[in-house]
Amino acid sequence: MARELWEGNQAIAEAAVRVGLEAYFGYPITPQNEILEWLARRMPELGRAFVQAEAELGAINMVYGAACTGARVMTSSSSPGISLMMEGLSYIAGTEIPMVLINVMRGGPGLGNIAPSQGDYNQICKGGGHGDYHPIVLAPASVQEAVDLMPLAFDLAEKYLTIGCLLLDGSIGQMMEPIELPAMRAVKRREYPWATSGAQERPRHFLTSIYLEPYDEEKTNIRLLKRWQEIQDNEIRFREYYLEDAEIVVVGFGTAGRVALSAVRTARAQGIKVGLFRPVTVAPYPYARVAELASHAKTLLVVEMNSGQMLEDVRLAVNGRTPIEFYGRLGGVVPFPDEILGEIQRVARETPAFVDDPARVWLKRMDTVVKE
Amino acid sequence: MVAITAPENLVYERPQSFTDSPTHYCPGCTHGVAHRLIAEVLDEMGVTGRTIGVAPVGCAVFMYNYFETDFVQAPHGRAPAMATGIKRVLPDRIVYTYQGDGDLASIGTGEIVHAAARGENITVIFINNTNYGMTGGQMAPTTLPGQKTTSSPNGRDVELQGYPIRMAEMLATLDGSGYVVRRSLHDPTNIRKAKKAIRTAFETQARGLGFSLVELLSTCPSNWNITPTESLKWLEEHMLPFYPLGDYKVAPSVTAAKI
Repeated sequence: MARELWEGNQAIAEAAVRVGLEAYFGYPITPQNEILEWLARRMPELGRAFVQAEAELGAINMVYGAACTGARVMTSSSSPGISLMMEGLSYIAGTEIPMVLINVMRGGPGLGNIAPSQGDYNQICKGGGHGDYHPIVLAPASVQEAVDLMPLAFDLAEKYLTIGCLLLDGSIGQMMEPIELPAMRAVKRREYPWATSGAQERPRHFLTSIYLEPYDEEKTNIRLLKRWQEIQDNEIRFREYYLEDAEIVVVGFGTAGRVALSAVRTARAQGIKVGLFRPVTVAPYPYARVAELASHAKTLLVVEMNSGQMLEDVRLAVNGRTPIEFYGRLGGVVPFPDEILGEIQRVARETPAFVDDPARVWLKRMDTVVKE
Repeated sequence: MVAITAPENLVYERPQSFTDSPTHYCPGCTHGVAHRLIAEVLDEMGVTGRTIGVAPVGCAVFMYNYFETDFVQAPHGRAPAMATGIKRVLPDRIVYTYQGDGDLASIGTGEIVHAAARGENITVIFINNTNYGMTGGQMAPTTLPGQKTTSSPNGRDVELQGYPIRMAEMLATLDGSGYVVRRSLHDPTNIRKAKKAIRTAFETQARGLGFSLVELLSTCPSNWNITPTESLKWLEEHMLPFYPLGDYKVAPSVTAAKI
């Protein structure tokens, strides 16, 4: 199929349609409106379900209902809207049914702004709503990668009966890039042994997340946890660039990782032995691979568009064996490649030092970057 | 000797749509009556095998144990949204929610109003017993002025705690509503009328005539702190004047269907 120029949000929406999305429920919020708008036209013309809900609460519970029938279903939103969906996400996780969530992050906290951010990493990667559960979170760094991860998000959610989340920021949602879309597939509803589709010629099914007896709830929690371990064992995905002989390992996901790659390429041209590690699954997190890279590197440089949320996972993986540096921009500010190049050059120049908290050292440096 | 178990002598039996499970409801509570009416209607319409119920948060959270139909269980207030999701992907099924007054008239006002406004082809059975039953009898949006509850210990003071909401009247104003009525479960005559209304509501859905809701005035002896018999009387004396029974919306298409 020929490459075409597509806007990120529309491309994601169309990719979902082509891999068999049966129902979409959403609510407008910038910077992801084009997903809703694209599907408002596409879904009805294909005879599939589309509802613009009264709020994100409604949208996620419509998803919950549709997911109970075994349909391939998704919603999308951005940071404040995702916060509103947390109740439903927790119920869906507790009911052990599949769905896909697209989170096009923007600056926060609060109403924040509509600029690209990675400030909701912890919110979704560490569970989100109440209770013990883990969504699978995929972090694309380009429109093509977002499109390619769309079928994977559905497949993983359906394989492990959990939430598959595509975590991107407003820049990937809004930018246009030449991409190749997947071929149009026929909708094929899976035959789940639990689907609530009417008890005709079979015993009744019921789906709930209530386990009043603590021992039953504990069993459910253990089942979820074992499934999560299986996901950790089998579904880790990442991309590596110039890491063969890298002394400095830059770690960044999504847009931060993509900007860092430009800086890494320039630094390489300047003779600095630097490479990039970009997690694609940020949950489950590639702890083992980061630990392995850290054992060969002099320094790790973590780059994020937040205050160092993934940094905590890197620190967990490295466990104090290798010095870690951090560089972040916040509140919807996207770092320029030159800023990250400057950080790479500084790290290459200085003697690596162990510090208690790389984010504290970075915050002090920010006084010279961010002027009153 | 007359064989009372002979089929020709049978005048009353457990509806086929019920499981064998006994219910967990308090003695004298009208949830059991409401459940039975639904089960009878499903039996009579022959739709048990293609019905999906949406259980609420509240006393009826375990109602899926009592019905032979498929069931899901919604977060508090979100049942109409879940029902929407189910109905939109399975439009030929019968989908209904069963919600209490805290669920429907407080935390779930957004969901119920917009389900009705969309003319969502679902049926809602709304149990109004003027309090939060499961959590121990707190004030609900439907608690009567002056009524004592655990969170309005001196009686509901409308100056401080606001006024009760008449949901049936409110939802009847929406164009998407096909059939919105209020009935009561305090005596056999009214129970028969309630069953007829439930049947009409489900038939409204089956014919695709829009949103349908039956509000059922119900009792809660445990939290009202009176006997079941006194509860029925209290309902009649205090709730009926405030929540008049009646048909608040019967769309012309529903009338024309002659259900």
